[in-house]
Amino acid sequence: MDTAVAVEVAGASGNAGAPQVVASRAVVRRLLRRPAATAGVVVVAMFVAMAIFAPWIAPYDPIATSFSTVRKAPSALHWFGTDEIGRDVLSRIVFGARASLLAGVVSVLISLAVGVPIGLLAGYAGGKTDVLISRITDAMLACPFLILAIALAAFLGPSLTNAMIAIGISATPVFIRLTRGTTLAVKAEDYVLAARAIGNGPLRIAVRHVLPNIVAPLLVQATLAIAAAVIAEASLSFLGLGQQPPQPSWGSMLNVAKNYIDNAPWMAIWPGLSIFLLVLSFNLVGDGLRDALDPRHL
Amino acid sequence: MGTYLIRRIAQIVPTLLFVSILIFGLQQLLPGDPAKVLAGEEQDPAVIAHLRETMHLDEPFPIRYLYWLRGVLHGDLGESLRMQQPVRALIADKLPVTIELACIAIVIALAIGIPAGVISAVRRGTGWDYGANVVALWGLSTPNFWLGIMLILLFSVTLGWLPASGYVSPREDWRANLAAMIMPAFVLGNAIAAVLMRHTRSAMLQVLSSDYVRTARAKGVKERDVVLKHALRNALIPIITLGALEFGTLLSGAVLTEQVFTIPGFGKLIVDAVFNRDYAVVQGVVLFTATAYILLNLIADVAYAIVNPRIRVH
Amino acid sequence: MDQRIRCFLTAVACLLAAGASAQTLRIGLAEDPDVLDPTLARSFVGRIVFASLCDKLFDIDDKLNIVPQLASGYEWSADNKALTIKLRQGVTFHDGEKMDAAAVKYSLERHKTMAGSNRRGELAPLASVDVVDPATVRLNLSAPFSPLLAQLADRAGMIVSPKAAEAAGDKFGAKPVCAGPFRFVERVAQDRIVLERYANYWDKDAVHFDRVVFLPIPDPTVRLANLRSGQLDFVERLAASDVPQVKSDARFKLTKITEIGYQGITINVGKSDLAQKNPLGRDPRVREALELALDRDGIVQVAMDGEADPGNQWVAPSNAFYAKSSPIPRRNVERAKALLKEAGVANPSFTLMTATTGDAQRIAQVVQAMAREAGFDVKIQSTEFATSLDMADKGQFEAYVLAWSGRADPDGNIFSFDACKQPLNYAGYCKPEVDDLLKRSRTTLDLAERRKLYADIAAIVLKDRPIVYLYHRHWLWAYTGKLDGVQAIPDGLVRVKGARFK
Repeated sequence: MDTAVAVEVAGASGNAGAPQVVASRAVVRRLLRRPAATAGVVVVAMFVAMAIFAPWIAPYDPIATSFSTVRKAPSALHWFGTDEIGRDVLSRIVFGARASLLAGVVSVLISLAVGVPIGLLAGYAGGKTDVLISRITDAMLACPFLILAIALAAFLGPSLTNAMIAIGISATPVFIRLTRGTTLAVKAEDYVLAARAIGNGPLRIAVRHVLPNIVAPLLVQATLAIAAAVIAEASLSFLGLGQQPPQPSWGSMLNVAKNYIDNAPWMAIWPGLSIFLLVLSFNLVGDGLRDALDPRHL
Repeated sequence: MGTYLIRRIAQIVPTLLFVSILIFGLQQLLPGDPAKVLAGEEQDPAVIAHLRETMHLDEPFPIRYLYWLRGVLHGDLGESLRMQQPVRALIADKLPVTIELACIAIVIALAIGIPAGVISAVRRGTGWDYGANVVALWGLSTPNFWLGIMLILLFSVTLGWLPASGYVSPREDWRANLAAMIMPAFVLGNAIAAVLMRHTRSAMLQVLSSDYVRTARAKGVKERDVVLKHALRNALIPIITLGALEFGTLLSGAVLTEQVFTIPGFGKLIVDAVFNRDYAVVQGVVLFTATAYILLNLIADVAYAIVNPRIRVH
Repeated sequence: MDQRIRCFLTAVACLLAAGASAQTLRIGLAEDPDVLDPTLARSFVGRIVFASLCDKLFDIDDKLNIVPQLASGYEWSADNKALTIKLRQGVTFHDGEKMDAAAVKYSLERHKTMAGSNRRGELAPLASVDVVDPATVRLNLSAPFSPLLAQLADRAGMIVSPKAAEAAGDKFGAKPVCAGPFRFVERVAQDRIVLERYANYWDKDAVHFDRVVFLPIPDPTVRLANLRSGQLDFVERLAASDVPQVKSDARFKLTKITEIGYQGITINVGKSDLAQKNPLGRDPRVREALELALDRDGIVQVAMDGEADPGNQWVAPSNAFYAKSSPIPRRNVERAKALLKEAGVANPSFTLMTATTGDAQRIAQVVQAMAREAGFDVKIQSTEFATSLDMADKGQFEAYVLAWSGRADPDGNIFSFDACKQPLNYAGYCKPEVDDLLKRSRTTLDLAERRKLYADIAAIVLKDRPIVYLYHRHWLWAYTGKLDGVQAIPDGLVRVKGARFK
């Protein structure tokens, strides 16, 4: 998880002096002006559509086995070939988009849902609460992300849901740090001090003054985190801890495919390529968002 | 500055304590009985009972934690029951391997990331920018184990140029060592290259728009010298300090890379230990890693704070 | 240069090279062995290393007959409660100490009494060991025990140097000292185990290598890649899907032999209350329906690429102890459906627990698809190995895809699984008459009588189906064409003795 981004962006918004509420339409326009980011948005949208309309797009049932068509090379009947128990790889890729997108998005939503409130609390309350939260966050960050995710997934049991929870929890510290940093920067601003002076409660201040400021960096970090979460799910599945058969997920397809790499390479190529494209697109969108939202980089 | 430093150092001990409790607690929560895992195929009840006693498994969690803590304070990180070796010895054996892998990976990452970042910053908005961006992003977007398998397929199986797995100590044969390390280091370095590229790009952009550079340009210094001699040198400090934070990413990446290429390093050690419920090894390795990471963090933060006083958190 | 002189010089160079280079055999293993102490060892893959490192009293041949190794002969007493073993002369351990009756007594007692010993159960009926003379030992048993010779043909029969074992205690595994063709040089955990030729080995003419290096490479694709790129000479447990590739490559040879173990589905019939709650565990008719819904040939074809022998008992159909009176049932989906109707459950549902990697996953998916045709709703639950061991032990499963590596004596494949309250009896199966038959099969040494007893056991156990046996894998070894004299034994252990580079 890219903690350095948080430091950099928080610093940027910290010295602006005024709330960074940028009109969303202007942001979208700036985003789409860059071809790379546009390409990213288009590809992500394609994958989302693929996931939603999977039953209509996939030519075969993704879990229908056929013992006579085991590991057949790509052909007119099976565009991407078949896998180790005769299932159509293309159909599994299409349905697998659901697992990968879910894994990416839900994990990050969990991180946000847990990390942002805690970060707000730490930044706003300060004192002993802040110290405690910071120490725990530092502790979590000090453990290598994947190790933490593996341990959590092993604890919860191998399944896609548990993998999402494990990744989500492992990614939370980054969002705590980011939120806390921005909260601290905003807390000292004059308009916040003024708001407190006239008696606004902390919740109101948090919602009206702090949150709008962190939407931008959070959005950027979240998009990049989705990319990392998709890879994390693939990694956990590679170790046998993610989506379990017969349900398809690109990561678990790769886990099986590695055993057939020299006699059925198509089993590994398509899921790997799909992960690559999806993650690349999210990264491009995230980068584009960061450029669009941060006036200094324009 | 002095108080900041002292405060940060004082924070290390409680953080490490938290790390150890976190990992210890997590391991105890893991389902599955390590005694049964270690007891082997026959699952002899007498063996299981003996193992449970040796590992103090029937004692309550706080007592077990204190046993372990006492050991650590005496420099004893426990023993791997699976391999019958002290954890300290295992770490001493495996760490240099992963460090070597990480170093070569960083060199590769620097070789890709910094030029890509410089080009991207200097030729902002052009095809070069996007091209360099995608090349560096490729590293972040590809699952490293997949890339590893593809590389093995190409360079080992098809072309036969490089060994598919294993490790030869550089003292034994430095050429074989490099041949074995180049693919995994490339796989590992890819991801870091992307991050380095981004750091370089934003640091360069920051410096290139600074007064210092504007003055240099006004004085008529050649553009190439402006970029390489003045801008890059100043940009390097934040790049390197931020880069040090990638240590954690390196280790995470090493976990799977070492698995794919069968390199007897740290990453493989810890994954096998989690799956075999070899508590002592996981504890010891995580504690060691956390300490290293926290120290690196501290050095990076201090260096960064010296360079950029605005970032210091009050 | 003149043609003839060139040829001559090349030939000389080759000869010099061949003579000067040490002959090293590099073997790729599928896992990293655990501790290299025969008393504490607990894994299959460790036995492969032991086959070169530690000789045992007896060994088995490819027909599973007992052949002498450190022993030169044996004789049972009249009441079958004492086994007198004559020891081979002139055998020394790697540290130079003599292998004699005292060493054998020491080793056997170590296996029986050392804390944490994994051999205690194997030598349970061994009451005491007497040194008759320096070349003869007598093993006194509490009751006749027919599997004893097979046990002594495995780790329980491995003799260690008393001097080294006394000195090292439970750290013996770090530097084992045995009497095998190769001695221990070094071990780097998860990297390599290096053995070198023992100059004073009793059968040294059969040893044609100076060094053996074992390299654990868990990923079968990478293991084979290493063979193909020349970094390994030999790989064990080749993936079934890689067989066509190896066969078509003239550089390599392939050897296969059916294992002594099995792959099957263990069903919880009494290990916990889950057994009663689920129709599969409760009603033998439902279990019969499940077996009838399966096409073993299909499972073998899809899950193992044909590299296994379908089976329905704890020993393979080619085994001498296979009960021919209980042949493999053919698939019969109609009969399965009828049985389910009879049992009153048209669509029974159960959870099939499996490991997260390997064959088990494919089997589970194929079984799920096949059983669906008879009306079964099978839910696959992938469980991490460590967790699954615990759950199986606590009976927290309904069905479990579980393999057993197998033992030379059929008793090793059934007693611990079907006798009441035994450690590997995850099914929780307990029938006094089966217990009685099992006990009798262990205490009689008469082959014909044992076969009859196993046929009787099969008649009952195959009807109750605590375990539905599926197949017996082929051990698949791929190695360089330069290697000759590789002997395949059903226990799957690589025996380096006798093999040589051409």
